Amino acid sequence: MSDHSHSHGEAHGHSPEEVSKHKKVYIAVFIALLIGTVVTVALNYLHFDSKALTIAIALFVASIKATLVACYFMHLISEKKMIYVILGFTTILVIALMVLTLTSYAAFPNGTVTH
Amino acid sequence: MEIPYTSKPRPDTGLYNAKVGIWLFLASEVMLFGALFSAYILLRVGAGEGTWPHGLLSIPIGTFNTFVLITSSVTVVLGWASLQVGNFGRYKVYQAITILCAFGFLGIKSFEYRDKFKHYEVWLKNPITVHQGGKEVQTDRLLGHIEYEGHHPYFWNTARLAGSPEIKDKNGKVVKAAVARVESFKFQPDPIHYTMSPKEMAHAKKESFGHPHQEIEIKASDVKRLSAFVPSHSTFFAIYFTLTALHGLHVLGGAIVIFYIWGPGAKMWKTDPQRYMNRVEVSGLFWHFVDLVWIFLFPIIYLL
Repeated sequence: MSDHSHSHGEAHGHSPEEVSKHKKVYIAVFIALLIGTVVTVALNYLHFDSKALTIAIALFVASIKATLVACYFMHLISEKKMIYVILGFTTILVIALMVLTLTSYAAFPNGTVTH
Repeated sequence: MEIPYTSKPRPDTGLYNAKVGIWLFLASEVMLFGALFSAYILLRVGAGEGTWPHGLLSIPIGTFNTFVLITSSVTVVLGWASLQVGNFGRYKVYQAITILCAFGFLGIKSFEYRDKFKHYEVWLKNPITVHQGGKEVQTDRLLGHIEYEGHHPYFWNTARLAGSPEIKDKNGKVVKAAVARVESFKFQPDPIHYTMSPKEMAHAKKESFGHPHQEIEIKASDVKRLSAFVPSHSTFFAIYFTLTALHGLHVLGGAIVIFYIWGPGAKMWKTDPQRYMNRVEVSGLFWHFVDLVWIFLFPIIYLL
């Protein structure tokens, strides 16, 4: 989206038609986020017997919501290459962080963390 | 000296400097929250059956606060889009809503915190019989509220029951008044405990709906441990307060920056509109990140 905004020296780079189209997308994402929240909370009241299923569903919906925010509100759907490079490194590092922390799970088996 | 590329993009990256800056900063923020999230997972999976507190946070309040934050996120981006077509007035309205939402979120959060500081768990030396989920239950652990001398006290703990003597400095001046020992206190037990499964808790809440608390009198000498819902209560509340308070500080910081740009800093719109729009965009990116963190925080802390 910011691809066009700086192509000429003046301040208002986007055409009114383009901006009103973007605004519609923002509203659609907003509604999707509201629905996602309602779905997460509603499913929680169903109390599935499987704890793994409960966690999987909650995290799945949260990931969809997060993707929508990142892609449309944060404009990652059409960014410059350098931003993707920064985020690529971040992704690798944050996964490494999670994996390294969780490898210490063997030192804290279930029931060893009390209060 | 003029700082280059504050409004115009750098030819090689195609980005103005602040945008690279904010993304680098957000990358470091991902690592910060990632570390705490992984700590949460480790504590959670290491907790034994029935020891991890759940169902103690208000889901309706949490859901409402989620709506508040999502709303503020969409108004940020709509405000920025309004500036793109030069509609400064519309931008002002959208960002005013953002700022209101930010402070609304913080207000609701502090209300929630306050509620926790006067909600207790008491561990008794000997089990007693209480009414839970439509039946009589023998238990030595109760959740509920304390009433002492007509008040619902905050931040009480085991040590508070024993009281403490007067403390004087070396000149004999009293620096801390004596706190009287508590012989016994009234306790309004909740019909639930987190040793129940989520299903049992929901059932117990339904069964007890509309019935008043059965107030009981607890002797201080029968109490093994007393704790409000504060970080020292359990690893759950420790990580809950760490994560939500850190997130709350981000909301506060973001709101202050957005307010500055919206209010006193708005003069720049007249002198350097492109740079002004960039500021709005960069503060908006930070704001969306704060929203993004909450999108994960809400389900893992309130629901799971």
